[in-house]
Amino acid sequence: MAEIVLDHVSKVYGAEGPSAVSDLNIAIEDGEFIVLVGPSGCGKTTALRMVAGLESITEGTITIGERVVNAVPPKERDIAMVFQNYALYPHMTVYDNMAFGLKLRKLAKDEIDRRVREAAKILGLEEFLDRKPKALSGGQRQRVAMGRAIVREPKAFLMDEPLSNLDAKLRVQMRSEIARIQHELSTTTLYVTHDQVEAMTMGDRVAVIRKGVLQQVDSPQFLYDHPENLFVAGFIGSPAMNMVEATLARSNGSSTIEFGGYRLAVPDDVFASRPALKAYEGKQVIVGIRPEDMEDASLVPDAPADRRLSSGVMLREALGADVLVHFMIKAPAVITEDTKELAGDVGQEAIEAAEKGAIAGESEFLARLNPRTEAQKGQPIDLVVDVNRLHFFDPETGQGIYEDGTEPGEPRSA
Amino acid sequence: MSVTTAPPAAEPIPVRGKGLEPRTGGWFVRIAVLVIVVIWMIPTAGVLITSFRPEALVDTTGWWTALAHPFETSQWTLENYRLALDTGGFASAFLNSLAVAIPATVIPIAIAAFAAYAFSWMEFRGRYLMFIAVVGLLVVPLQMALIPILRLYNEGAIVANYYVFPDLDLNGTFLGVWLAHTAFGLPLAIYLLRNYIGSLPSSIIESARIDGADHFTIFWRLIIPLSVPALAAFAIFQFLWVWNDLLVAYVFLGGSRETRVLTLALQGLVGREGENWHLLTAAAFISMALPLLVFFSLQKYFVRGLTAGAVKG
Repeated sequence: MAEIVLDHVSKVYGAEGPSAVSDLNIAIEDGEFIVLVGPSGCGKTTALRMVAGLESITEGTITIGERVVNAVPPKERDIAMVFQNYALYPHMTVYDNMAFGLKLRKLAKDEIDRRVREAAKILGLEEFLDRKPKALSGGQRQRVAMGRAIVREPKAFLMDEPLSNLDAKLRVQMRSEIARIQHELSTTTLYVTHDQVEAMTMGDRVAVIRKGVLQQVDSPQFLYDHPENLFVAGFIGSPAMNMVEATLARSNGSSTIEFGGYRLAVPDDVFASRPALKAYEGKQVIVGIRPEDMEDASLVPDAPADRRLSSGVMLREALGADVLVHFMIKAPAVITEDTKELAGDVGQEAIEAAEKGAIAGESEFLARLNPRTEAQKGQPIDLVVDVNRLHFFDPETGQGIYEDGTEPGEPRSA
Repeated sequence: MSVTTAPPAAEPIPVRGKGLEPRTGGWFVRIAVLVIVVIWMIPTAGVLITSFRPEALVDTTGWWTALAHPFETSQWTLENYRLALDTGGFASAFLNSLAVAIPATVIPIAIAAFAAYAFSWMEFRGRYLMFIAVVGLLVVPLQMALIPILRLYNEGAIVANYYVFPDLDLNGTFLGVWLAHTAFGLPLAIYLLRNYIGSLPSSIIESARIDGADHFTIFWRLIIPLSVPALAAFAIFQFLWVWNDLLVAYVFLGGSRETRVLTLALQGLVGREGENWHLLTAAAFISMALPLLVFFSLQKYFVRGLTAGAVKG
């Protein structure tokens, strides 16, 4: 067990190629579970492979347990890795798959046997020890891959999207199982995924990466409540946060934001928790509203008028526990590099749809409502917004507006 | 490789009744394939039948006449085989062929497997260029290399007063013919094996590296067991090629009765007793017997190994 420190780590392919990872700084504490999350191709897997020693480090240092490992080959780093496709040895039995690394390390036979059987017990693989991988289901293969890591009793687990090849139900089950095992063994773990739900549910801390650059590292709840910038705001949370350009206005001692003919009150509490917001009075800001911070007005009859939006229901999706309602807001959609990339992760059509909306001066909003709502497709709807939970971003830089000391338009130092 | 036609990918959804049964090859395809197989097998069948007929009958009637009354025992004999094995010296030629073919199959495979691993999974300067050079050697006709190699065997090679290849007097020795076959077989062997070994999933090898394996361990514990189909496929290729080879064995081993291989013995039979069909056919079948056995016992690897590099799985 050990801590892992990535200090100004960069990776550049070729002489002048694009950098896959640039200036990455993360300190993983002993026993901590850190999730690297980001859209595909953001460099998170490259970062993991550098820690494993499968990829050379262009710049910076990686330290595992106070030992700089830049020039240390993978087998001497004392780490174990779980691969996306499990990478089981197809010609060996489950037992031999798990024992392989221990045999190479010349452990005593009875010690190998003890560790393999113990891991098999933890993972419920006891009856499959004599089988070959091809005779196992996807979930069982995944367990074997985990077992191979566990028996090594390494300083750290490195996991590269280990659940992405499983079906949805199994993925949820294995998610909690991996988290439980990691907690029991308290082995330092670096986990890579593109699935923000996995990141939120599993990680002690989550590191959001975009185009090789670290955006924010923090506990899942903090990321959700205080996204550092538009990218984190849009990436964390599902369905994604609604964003719209608005004007922050102040009159008669109270503040409002205005967009598309709507006007929402901004309570003084918001200014208290976001002192920097004061400087944006009379200026443009990007307002973020999480879908779950809206409710059908008919279920909240005494909500004041300056907290309401009205529109027409475009689409209603009943999920059982809640109802998702899509509606249009007559204000231009936010188009920045960040939002484009987030949309691009969904598909090229999503980018085009957002751009079309921006030109037409419309953006699609999504609200997560109580299932008792009677909203129907094509019907008008009134929504109440929890204005205390609005998010504010600088339209120039896309940075969140929080503490004092930053001027509008100037990026905050991390 | 497969002869049956695959159904077209995008079949229109059948409306009613018609076309619901799975598409098979169809009668035309089946008959065409059957006709091709029969035509190709007729000469071989002829040789087989002739080899069991007495000399007098072979000289007077065609082999197909034997099919008219197959149960008449007087028209069948094993005498041809006895004669070929004893007087024709086919027994010792058979052993010579084995002595040439087995090492000439094993040596190139051993070398090529190491080379293929290095070309696929070890990083070194000029890796790609060297691979191109090796594959490029496939186009060199081996006949061009016969004289230079003969001289190398007889005199060695001296560059600036130093032997770069010692004068080992390899001409006429088994070692000489093994080395020649190895050299001629290596380019194809390396090419085939690299394609197969290079297509093994990289994560397995990376996983082994993290598990603590070095190149040697990865090669013996992972690559070799996982490459059995490709190794077997090439082994069949090389074995059949060496077994049926006449030229290389004749040049490097010579045609004396002690060292000659099966193909040479067969050729001698033609030259000396061109009319002795009964002996020739028996001898031909003796030389065919082992390749047939090898092929049928390994045929599942033969088919699988050739396609294995193309599609993973």
